[in-house]
Amino acid sequence: MLKYCIKRILLSLLILLGVSLILYVLVRLMPADYLLDKAISSVGSTGGDVQARYEELKAYYGLDGNIIQGYWDWLTKFLSGDFGTSFKYNRPVEDVIFENMGVSFGISLVALVLELIIAIPLGIKCACNQYGKLDYTVTVITMIGISFPTFFLGSIVIKIFAIDLGWFEVGGLQSNLPVGASDWTQFTDMLWHLVLPMFTLVVLSIGSWMRYTRTNTLEVLNADYIRTARAKGLSENSVVYKHVFRNTLIPLVTVLAGTLPSLFGGAMITETVFDIPGIGNIAYNAMRAGDIPFIMGYNMFIAVLTVIGILLTDIMYAVVDPRVKLA
Amino acid sequence: MEEEKKNILSEELPEETSAAEDLHGENLNDRVRVLSPGMMVAKRFFRSKLSIVGLVMLIALFLFSFVGPVFSKWADGGDPVKDTENVKEIVLPSRIDYVTEDGEKVVAYDITVEIPDWNRRGDISAEHWLGTDDSGYDLFTNLMLGGRISLTIGFVVVILEALIGVILGGIAGYFGGWVDQVIMRIVDILSCIPTIPIMLILSATLTSLGILDISRLYYMMIVLTLFGWTGIARLVRGQILSLREQEFMLAAKCSGLSTYRKIFKHLIPNVMPQLIVSMTMGLGSIILTEATLGYLGLGAPLGTPTWGAMISAASKLEYLSGYPNFWVPPGICITLAILAFNFVGDGLRDAFDPKMKR
Repeated sequence: MLKYCIKRILLSLLILLGVSLILYVLVRLMPADYLLDKAISSVGSTGGDVQARYEELKAYYGLDGNIIQGYWDWLTKFLSGDFGTSFKYNRPVEDVIFENMGVSFGISLVALVLELIIAIPLGIKCACNQYGKLDYTVTVITMIGISFPTFFLGSIVIKIFAIDLGWFEVGGLQSNLPVGASDWTQFTDMLWHLVLPMFTLVVLSIGSWMRYTRTNTLEVLNADYIRTARAKGLSENSVVYKHVFRNTLIPLVTVLAGTLPSLFGGAMITETVFDIPGIGNIAYNAMRAGDIPFIMGYNMFIAVLTVIGILLTDIMYAVVDPRVKLA
Repeated sequence: MEEEKKNILSEELPEETSAAEDLHGENLNDRVRVLSPGMMVAKRFFRSKLSIVGLVMLIALFLFSFVGPVFSKWADGGDPVKDTENVKEIVLPSRIDYVTEDGEKVVAYDITVEIPDWNRRGDISAEHWLGTDDSGYDLFTNLMLGGRISLTIGFVVVILEALIGVILGGIAGYFGGWVDQVIMRIVDILSCIPTIPIMLILSATLTSLGILDISRLYYMMIVLTLFGWTGIARLVRGQILSLREQEFMLAAKCSGLSTYRKIFKHLIPNVMPQLIVSMTMGLGSIILTEATLGYLGLGAPLGTPTWGAMISAASKLEYLSGYPNFWVPPGICITLAILAFNFVGDGLRDAFDPKMKR
């Protein structure tokens, strides 16, 4: 087990190295217009040589040398925990990421919990009545949910509930509250803004959780130990809720580990549609502006989360299910 | 599945008994109806209502996109035609509040009447079923022409992905060892890189290189393929790993077949079912990616209608609230297309492998 883990971690480091190399090369191919704009605007007020200022900025961000030298500089800095300074936000990239992560994490976590609470019981119910009416209806509805593009559902929801009915705000996280509003009012106001984005997130991903639960439950229902449980004369309820339910959770727990990037990395499209200042939206704006340090930092952050997610999935599989042996 | 076995039996049995009775000089095969594997798959596929619904939706979308524009007045081959006839005046009132010298408050309106050269943001009418866009193009025709591009992108990318995925996945699974290690590590690396940031970088690069015409779409397809083949490669490798241990491969080896023949005549055909299912589902997800990029304003060049480019209207509050005819129809088309591909893919999976549970 320990040997397996070490081997996997070393492999993950290799993967991350590859990811960073590809990202860096791609990012450097990008035109550095943003720096030129910045140079012009900073020179414009004082008067001076734009070209000189541009070169100065390039040197400051480590973009003046050739790609290999630049990559090496970036890598050594990255390994020592320095993600560089964002062009757009003018602050260290890691600070920007960690400050804006909270909102995204909150939304994703609540959405995930809601999804699981609704999806797991429904999935088990469907599997127990395979090809029944409920099964068909739920399958079709979840399929429609899976097929809806995020931005389309988001736009429809905004149009109906925020613009036409006026129940919610169109976007953002805060409305114009009176100056002395209490913390509680501010909090409920924020929650009210988050209803629509959370609804969108839940509707979109509930389907895949339900299908996954259903498939696994069907598999468990055919297992020998369930036949044994029935043969012992246990009631159907106790078979389903004690024996089937627990074994269905095994694969679910492992997949749960794979949701790590989406939990911490933010939902870029949803946040952009609803204009929520989460990490996804911040990253999107930085990327549009060609903010090289931020693009590198954010994407590496996502890549690290993805790699950890995959690693956790495999390890959890062995931890939760003693029948699985890692080699 | 029980039911189906009975079905097949009931089709064959009565014939067989009668064939045994008067077989004089007749070939047994002429009397017995044999179902080929392909026919059995088709039979199982058409038994599921959802797959039929999906197939009908797909056919409808294809006819709509590829045949529809022929009957449209506002399309000239593949190009949309501007409506310069039904020009309507645009009244732009602006309110001016001022206070006169006597202290009287006066509200005045400055009304500008603009007459554009084309039918700008025309209403829904008999001539324009969904109205017209900012440049006077018919939205309904654009929807059909956009479907052409969006569906074509989906097919081209999926076929390219499958080609790369089958070749590299096949090599990795068949040869194993360090070849496998190298290819699978590349797969791991590529699947860790998120798509949207890459497309953002590509879009910025293309814009700065001055590539603003239709060739943007080609670059987009290439990049989508380069980062998208990993799923198929994983699938093919996994299948081949399990297939190559089976007896028929031993037989192939004993007959002294060449490596090429073993891979492409014996292994790949056995991967086809899973491959086709995964390609069908992949089509849906590529159309979704194209639409997402379009929504973010990264996809097609300006003036080229694709479903993604059309739905980008929803990202501006003005259109979102005032002109649902701009973005709702393409959204519905995208959703229907993805839904149809999912239904068909699901149906195919069940049809190919009756033992596999849904």
